[in-house]
Amino acid sequence: MRDNVKGVVRQVGLPRIIIGGFFLLLLFTASGFGMDLMQIVSDIIRRWGMYGVLALAMVPAVQCGIGLNFGISMGIVGGLLGGLIVIEWKIAEMPSLVAIHPLFAMWVAILIAIVIGVVLSTGIGWLYGLLLNRVKGSEMTVTTYVGFSIIAFMNIAWTVLPFKSGELIFPNAGEGLRNTISLASSYSGVMNNTFKFSIKLPFGAIEIPTGLLLFFFLMCLLVWLFMRSKTGAAMSAAGANPMFAQASGINVNRMRLIGTTLSTVIAAVGILVYAQGFGFMQLYNGPMMMGFTSVAAVLIGGASATRAKISHVLIGTFLYQGIMALGLPVINLFIPEGNLSEVMRLIISNGIIIYALAQTGGESRD
Amino acid sequence: MTKNKITSFLFENKVVVLFVFLCIGGTIASGQSMNFVVSELLTRIARNSFLVLALIIPVLAGLGLNFGIVIGAMAAQIAIFFTTHWGFTGVGGFLLTALLSTPLAVFFGYLVGKLFNNMKGAEMIGGLVLGYFTDGLYQLFFLFILGGVIPIDNPKLMISTGVGVKNTIDLKDTIKYSLDTVPMLTIIEFGFYIAVAVMVISAVVKLAKKQEVNWKRTAVSLVGLVVVYALTFLPAVEQFLSSDRLRLLNAVELACFGTLIWQAVKFALCKARKTDWPRNRAIAACIVAVVVYALTYVPAIYNVMVYVQLPVLTYLCIAALCFFNTALMKTRLGQNMRTVGQSRVVANAAGINVDRTRIIAMIFSTVLASWGQLIFLQNVGTFSTYGAHTQVGQFAIASLVVGGASVQKATNKQAIIGVILFHTLFIVAPLAGKELFGNAMIGEYFRVFVSYGVIAMSLAMHAWKKVVKPKLEANAAAGASPAGEAAQ
Repeated sequence: MRDNVKGVVRQVGLPRIIIGGFFLLLLFTASGFGMDLMQIVSDIIRRWGMYGVLALAMVPAVQCGIGLNFGISMGIVGGLLGGLIVIEWKIAEMPSLVAIHPLFAMWVAILIAIVIGVVLSTGIGWLYGLLLNRVKGSEMTVTTYVGFSIIAFMNIAWTVLPFKSGELIFPNAGEGLRNTISLASSYSGVMNNTFKFSIKLPFGAIEIPTGLLLFFFLMCLLVWLFMRSKTGAAMSAAGANPMFAQASGINVNRMRLIGTTLSTVIAAVGILVYAQGFGFMQLYNGPMMMGFTSVAAVLIGGASATRAKISHVLIGTFLYQGIMALGLPVINLFIPEGNLSEVMRLIISNGIIIYALAQTGGESRD
Repeated sequence: MTKNKITSFLFENKVVVLFVFLCIGGTIASGQSMNFVVSELLTRIARNSFLVLALIIPVLAGLGLNFGIVIGAMAAQIAIFFTTHWGFTGVGGFLLTALLSTPLAVFFGYLVGKLFNNMKGAEMIGGLVLGYFTDGLYQLFFLFILGGVIPIDNPKLMISTGVGVKNTIDLKDTIKYSLDTVPMLTIIEFGFYIAVAVMVISAVVKLAKKQEVNWKRTAVSLVGLVVVYALTFLPAVEQFLSSDRLRLLNAVELACFGTLIWQAVKFALCKARKTDWPRNRAIAACIVAVVVYALTYVPAIYNVMVYVQLPVLTYLCIAALCFFNTALMKTRLGQNMRTVGQSRVVANAAGINVDRTRIIAMIFSTVLASWGQLIFLQNVGTFSTYGAHTQVGQFAIASLVVGGASVQKATNKQAIIGVILFHTLFIVAPLAGKELFGNAMIGEYFRVFVSYGVIAMSLAMHAWKKVVKPKLEANAAAGASPAGEAAQ
């Protein structure tokens, strides 16, 4: 009996049990106090799709051997640029496209943004991969600081880039792009609102953002297919055991380069998915800690610094965002003042990262 | 030969050289008076040097750049909150705060060291994430536990609901400038008493252990001390020393004359003991002292020197920490740390308790960081409860790296040079941005970019070296092994 329990704990992982338990506790508390549970569940599902793609960016990175990619801000920057260009060109407001259907115009806009973001982040990711191939063994430390640096560098860029649209730049002859850019006139909620429907239950209604979920699952499927392909398998092998992979004729550096680029590209797509769901694009220091959020999500899902699967992304993002969505209303019940949910986010997301580092760290890494 | 030397010197110090140029360029572009830049800079050196120097021990012990000093800063802030709440003021309040923060910092440092022993090789990223994690715990403590669990009745410090601490705490009436404004007279007086006490105690201890006591030497030092102390009773000297800050001009004059007198004394001693007298060095020191003194007569420099006032005790604390860092490395413990820093395997084989040495290094660093944060806060004068600690590690580490330190090597000199360069850039960057681009934010962003970028570069360089080195060694050792493998 005891061995059984131990086996289950080992298989599921202690942090997942704790966090899953915490999630259930919050859920029971919320329902016990008569909150609108269905609304919260809708919120969780919406957040799941919004943050999922960003967390998905961890899978190729971890599998190709560069470890947890704290530097997805490299890709995020590319995605943001794509989003900005689309607004500058006013694609979502083109009469010919709007004439077909407003939602269609928005889809064209976000797809063009994604294409631009992918092109840009492929270049960035490639250079980033070249850097990471030179710093093997210390990727996580380097990626974190390179990620911070690019955000700081883009802060300068956001103030000097020659965007003209009134929606983008500060009003009243201010200089540079705004901190927060509303997407209301471009592609706000385009995925969330596509084929959206509500499941009516006797005690409420769950809203399903079908377009968002479909897109998220499509991305997962693409990555899953890629991981099953010959290149994907070679990449995983290169990440799991570089010496062995090299011996069996796999170009490890090239695989790492592909994995890093892919991770960066997915991050670029992810930030656009996030932005359309949120309704705003955040520039400047907004995306600084997004790498940490994504890393925490996959780790909660059961990934480690050396192994990550799609299922980790799905479970992890759901649990993490579930706690975030539930935490605020439940905690406000007990402590109405202050922003405890932000405190909780800091503790949970960074606590899980430290736990993972302490697990994989130690002498074994040398 | 000399040309080669110069190029290699420049190459080895490329970061420092680059920043020297950036600082000079930025200062010129900012169009600020030297009075402003120098006085601001000296204030910032006094504020920040201690924190930067607190980073050196972990670097030498092989723990890398210690992002965990944030935790030391938190210990200091917890202590400061309580002493402010209890209403302690002045130097006494400051010392009590330091006393209170020390055990906290020791405890935290121990925990951090324990954790770092579980993530060897990933201490830096671990320390960074740990900083965010503890920030969460810190906020939990200050927002909910204080007032929520621990009742604190103080409307000045607490939010009106009684749960949670206000955003900023004004230290103006409590410990602001408490360390900076201690008059030199008091310092000398206390120094005298402490020195006498130390002498007496060491003599007593030696007698008790039945060791020989060098009475002649003790007597000479005692007489010297008494003479110095007696000098402070001269009205002119007393008046000069009783001001709470030292004018930069006087400091430079004192330093120049001090150097000359010191060299003369050394010369006399060497002749008397018939030991070698390092002639070239002594003459060079004297020439430098004279030249510096002569420079103070240049009107532009004179203006700056008269304008700027130095906090004496703060600078003495910084000097003491430099001395401590150097002295520690000469002890057995310091040597152990160095060995552990170079190779844990070798250290282990030599019978050094690697884990214990690393924990001790972390405790030292955390305690020093907490004192450093106290010095910082007493100088700034307002304590931003939720923000004062967040950038501590970032800026301190960037300063150290700008000074030419790396993940594995750091010295006092690099720390001080780094503080000077980094903070010069910090002062002038926004102003230069405004002058050059008509937008102060560009300068502001630029300095943030520099602080992140320089750390990223340093980390990448270190990692790169780590990859290249074994490869070279392996190639040298294996020789034709790739061909051999292919043949198999």
